[in-house]
Amino acid sequence: MSNAFWIQLVGAIVAIACALPGVFLVLRRSAMISDAISHTVLFGIVVGFLVLDVDPTSPILILTAALSGLLTVWLIELLQNTKRLNSDAAIGLVFPILFSIAVILINTQIRNAHVDEDAVLLGHLIFAPVNRLVLLGINLPEGVWVMGGILLINLTFLVLFYKELKITTFDPGLAAALGISPALVHYSLMGMVSVTAVGAFDHVGAILVVALMVAPPATAYLLTNKLERMLVLSALFGAASAVAGYWVSNIFSVNVAGAMASMTGVFFILVLVFAPERGLLAQRLETAERRKRFAVEMLVVHLMAHEGQPDELEESSISHLSEQLRWQPEFAQQVVRRANRGNYINRQNGHLELTDNGRQLAQDAMRR
Amino acid sequence: MDLLKLFSLLFTDYTVRNVALGSAIVGAVSGTIGSFALLRKQSLMGDAMSHAALPGIALVFIITGLKTPVALFLGAFGAAWLGAILIIVITRYTRVKEDSSLGIVLAVFFGFGLVLLSWIQRNRGANQAGLDKFLFGRAAAIVEADVIVMAVIATITIILVALFWKEFKLLAFDVDFAASLGFPVRVLDVLLTTLIVMGIVVGLQVVGVVLMAALIVAPAAAARQWTDRLSTMVVISAGFGAFSGAVGALLSSLARGLSTGPIIVLTASAIAIFSLFFAPNRGLIWDWLRQRSNRNRLAQDRVMEALYIMASNHGDPTHPHGLENLAAVLPHYNVKATLEKLGERGLVSMRGKYWSLTDQGVQIVEELQNDTHAAGEGSMLEGKAST
Amino acid sequence: MNATSYKDLPVSVEDLTVAYRYEPVLWDVDVDVPQGTLMAIVGPNGAGKSTLIKTVLGLIEPAAGRVSIYGESFKEQRNRVAYVPQRGSVDWDFPTDALDVVMMGRYGHLGWLRHPGADTRKLAMEALEKVGMQKYANRQISQLSGGQQQRVFLARALIQDAEIYLMDEPFQGVDATTERAIIEVLRALQGRGSTVVAVHHDLETVPEYFDHVLLLNVRAIACGPVEDVFTQENLRKTYGGRTDMLAAATKNVNGNP
Repeated sequence: MSNAFWIQLVGAIVAIACALPGVFLVLRRSAMISDAISHTVLFGIVVGFLVLDVDPTSPILILTAALSGLLTVWLIELLQNTKRLNSDAAIGLVFPILFSIAVILINTQIRNAHVDEDAVLLGHLIFAPVNRLVLLGINLPEGVWVMGGILLINLTFLVLFYKELKITTFDPGLAAALGISPALVHYSLMGMVSVTAVGAFDHVGAILVVALMVAPPATAYLLTNKLERMLVLSALFGAASAVAGYWVSNIFSVNVAGAMASMTGVFFILVLVFAPERGLLAQRLETAERRKRFAVEMLVVHLMAHEGQPDELEESSISHLSEQLRWQPEFAQQVVRRANRGNYINRQNGHLELTDNGRQLAQDAMRR
Repeated sequence: MDLLKLFSLLFTDYTVRNVALGSAIVGAVSGTIGSFALLRKQSLMGDAMSHAALPGIALVFIITGLKTPVALFLGAFGAAWLGAILIIVITRYTRVKEDSSLGIVLAVFFGFGLVLLSWIQRNRGANQAGLDKFLFGRAAAIVEADVIVMAVIATITIILVALFWKEFKLLAFDVDFAASLGFPVRVLDVLLTTLIVMGIVVGLQVVGVVLMAALIVAPAAAARQWTDRLSTMVVISAGFGAFSGAVGALLSSLARGLSTGPIIVLTASAIAIFSLFFAPNRGLIWDWLRQRSNRNRLAQDRVMEALYIMASNHGDPTHPHGLENLAAVLPHYNVKATLEKLGERGLVSMRGKYWSLTDQGVQIVEELQNDTHAAGEGSMLEGKAST
Repeated sequence: MNATSYKDLPVSVEDLTVAYRYEPVLWDVDVDVPQGTLMAIVGPNGAGKSTLIKTVLGLIEPAAGRVSIYGESFKEQRNRVAYVPQRGSVDWDFPTDALDVVMMGRYGHLGWLRHPGADTRKLAMEALEKVGMQKYANRQISQLSGGQQQRVFLARALIQDAEIYLMDEPFQGVDATTERAIIEVLRALQGRGSTVVAVHHDLETVPEYFDHVLLLNVRAIACGPVEDVFTQENLRKTYGGRTDMLAAATKNVNGNP
């Protein structure tokens, strides 16, 4: 099979593997944890490499990197619990420390040892088809094996602990009352994020892992309220961004990972504008319609409030309305026409009178 | 190399002087604006904006072909500012929360920047060396012209902060009240955000994208520990920032491989962590000591109370009891150690294997009991002893 | 009716409708606050009490209706109005002391580019004294109790030297000493001819502390002197069925009219 196919396949697997835990990060309002973790896995790799003295490609390093992700989360929470710093500041203090140590260790201890920080930040997806690995007699690019394995772990975790993840995300209090430990689920999720980040940053780099973990779930979040649907949509947006990103990079001869991240942004913006209910455009239209409906309600409520009062005549005059209800004259005309059409009011020589229908609407509106 | 020699470099070595001066200025600016970012709970905004600057730098180069510090500064500034506004807009007008908008802007802008850089590399033949500098800063390459640009920006920042001091303070503390006084809070918000962007873009040149977050957070978090006044906090924060910049630059000139950016960040972080633990009043260590002494004091009170109540059953408040009896009544306390401390204070005495209250001890227990009765809370032990 | 007839009314709210995304939070509310009254705004959670205060202060743009302060818009009368926000709306770990917070009350008078000086400091100390907090002037604000923090906010409003005081839950979570201190200050303000409007939660103390009351639940249910409108009937309309607790609250009124 062609290089193009393998690059797209690995890209799509990476994107889906990132999107799944990403959904929970977005829902738990801790999306920026992914930024911290994706940087500190470098610390885990470097320390693991130096302390254990293994080959730089050894799978043990995935483990040490994942552990350093958990260490990051733990340190951030430790700082937060001191009440001296909020979560933002705690994140901003912790990950640069670990990352700085890693960079200094690389520069002083392991020059020329195939670990360089550029690759860590940018990844090298284009080499995905080159590194092969034969497992069970099947010769596939290493990325397919590793990321496929991580995706499988994520899916298994998701299926086994779906209920727990869901309940701790939406109602940690209830979860604790039911005997589900929010802390345990939280750290399991963070472990999932860490392992995924380690696998992914090899291909797309630490910073773009953040794009794949946050943007597709946020895009899906604009389209649905259902967790199941959000997971599926996130995976689809992730995979689509990967494939589209590959073709963009192919056509314009630009960086693949960067193009993939850009495509997650493009999908986000498209959905942000055009989503059926929560999109900006739909909101605009809905708002205009609601505004008119609401204006009619305001009109009948206003008329009813002054019915039988000494100031009734003045308050119900058409000319008075735009001033009283802060409406432009044209808008006031529109509202009166609409209310008239709905048979809520009658026009009586320059004054407006409620019909029974209109009185009913006013009462309903106020009862709401 | 001894310390004196290191500092003499500042005056003799032209390159080291520029690097140290530039880094110190950048540190001071980051410390100043970082204080406001920290208090407005926008620490990670800096992280997002520093990443968002990349496509601006690339676009300026594509459009103008210029690589001068001022041109690149303007490009970075424009893109980072756009990123900041986008974060605010997405958070305000959609259901997407702030953390997600930060993540999206950070990573997507950066990804797009990479696309542009790779395009430049292919079509303009420029190598990717520029990217390196952007990621990890180019502190070692700071020359006098850079120092001048940094100094100008620092001056502008500090003048603006001084001019709008009370407005920024009010904005950070109580937005609604500021608005009720008639201050245009939206305009002030944009102005303050613009200052933060400016500081970040200057800082980028020294510590790079990835570590910029630390330069915003660490000096401010450290300074907050030492004072309860905003003005003092900003000055200390600027001082910590400047100190970290200068020291980091000097230390990194000692050996190959000690990159300036990471060393500056580690210096600032070390100050922050030290402050977190040891600053007077707010330092965590005092909390712990206070807790420990409270625990000790509580244990002493309980042991004396127990002795008193048990002894009262014998009609004599100084009647002695064995250690085991006491330990049985107070299973959660280290009774022996506590008794020894009370012995040092002369409140209990030991006769053979038995402990008893001294007259002074009896007096203190009786006062203690009066206090708790006055406060309307019965002693925990009363019920226990009467059964 | 033209605007000039409202010249004597500290706050006049006319046909006010406030909506969030076109869902009404306040519906056609009419309220007149007479000169020199102490008025409580009561109503269940989500009744729009804070919204009403914020709309009067121009912090929220209404969908319809008009707010006037002595017959003119809030913008023109800004200096005659002081505001006490909810205590929970700010971060009390902010690096500042009680005196400094009180001085913020003068920032509006100072205008741009001018900084508070010794005269402002003196005014702030006087305001702290009025609320019994002069001893705590240099205390960091997180080291104050909830009641003391509330008194600092009150002092900040006093230093605004206004004629109308709008307060959002000034008695929320305060100790008995603070409650007495606050009510004394409010009475002193009233004695000086000022007008006070406060969102209030404790129905039982309404008749004791206030002379006027607005019963609000999205609509204005009733508004007027406590002895006229603070009735079981009106409270039931405002709160729905929870009458047992309401009976206790109105006892005080019906006992001494």
